[in-house]
Amino acid sequence: MRIGVITFPGSLDDRDAMRAIRLAGAEPVALWHGEHDLKGVEAIVLPGGFSYGDYLRCGAIAAHSPIMAEVIDAANDGLPVLGICNGFQILVETHLLPGGLVRNDHGDFIRRDQRLRVESTESSWTSGFTPGQEITIPLKNGEGGYIADEATLDRLEGEGLVAFRYLDVNPNGSLRDIAGLRNERGNVVGLMPHPEHAVEPGFGPDTPAAMRSGTDGLTFFTSVLRQSVLA
Amino acid sequence: MPIIVVEVMPKAELLDPAGKAVAGALHRLGHDRIAQVRIGKRFELHVDGEVDAALLAEVETVAGEMLANTVIEDVVTVEVLGAGVAGETH
Repeated sequence: MRIGVITFPGSLDDRDAMRAIRLAGAEPVALWHGEHDLKGVEAIVLPGGFSYGDYLRCGAIAAHSPIMAEVIDAANDGLPVLGICNGFQILVETHLLPGGLVRNDHGDFIRRDQRLRVESTESSWTSGFTPGQEITIPLKNGEGGYIADEATLDRLEGEGLVAFRYLDVNPNGSLRDIAGLRNERGNVVGLMPHPEHAVEPGFGPDTPAAMRSGTDGLTFFTSVLRQSVLA
Repeated sequence: MPIIVVEVMPKAELLDPAGKAVAGALHRLGHDRIAQVRIGKRFELHVDGEVDAALLAEVETVAGEMLANTVIEDVVTVEVLGAGVAGETH
């Protein structure tokens, strides 16, 4: 399976995402924001970082970059798309996912290994988890506060579109502890924490078993791979 | 060269952490009568040629689709700078 990772000006975690894809057993394909070419990939990752220096709003300018026209069409046709951190911000700016992400309520940039509950396994990127599974992956952002109006929040909850919720602490003031969402079809997932930083023993979050041994993020990438094999 | 001003504010019902941080600083400095601060954005669009109704409509569209994310922000102003002032030229 070939999975594309789009690099925007200011992307930081594109290479980590490509590494995670490789470790999961798929082939990463580098895609460039300024082109109109998805190179025939079977899934897409919008990586973390600070595209366009977070100018205007986080992800806002990247959302209007040339390749996003193709990404939006492909997502609407069912292509799996995962947005991580800045990639999640890009997804809300394109309105592929609802709501918005604003500055953390405490005003500080935060970096921590974050416990999450998997609220929905009905998606391309979460199907390998068990419902309610608790995972730990790194979180690192300054503008990760999820907001939407009450009606939207109620609809997200009612339709089971909340994919991940923060556990232990709400690190950024996100409404209803929302850490990530999926779309109705389940092919588009966005979240603020970083699964691509928890894919290889020795380089992930600490676990009770051993330091840096956490690999909970790998399941995001093996989920989409498994779906492709089953399809 | 005419200038079109677009102003964008975070929606009133949503949290504005940046404004809250500034309000906190003002209170620490003793400015107790300032109850709340909300921070928005002002864009100045410099235009080639004259501003007509078609261009203003175009700017209103751009304001709603790109300059503001209307999920979390409102476009509160779209106007020509200095409009209505007799004899003013840019």
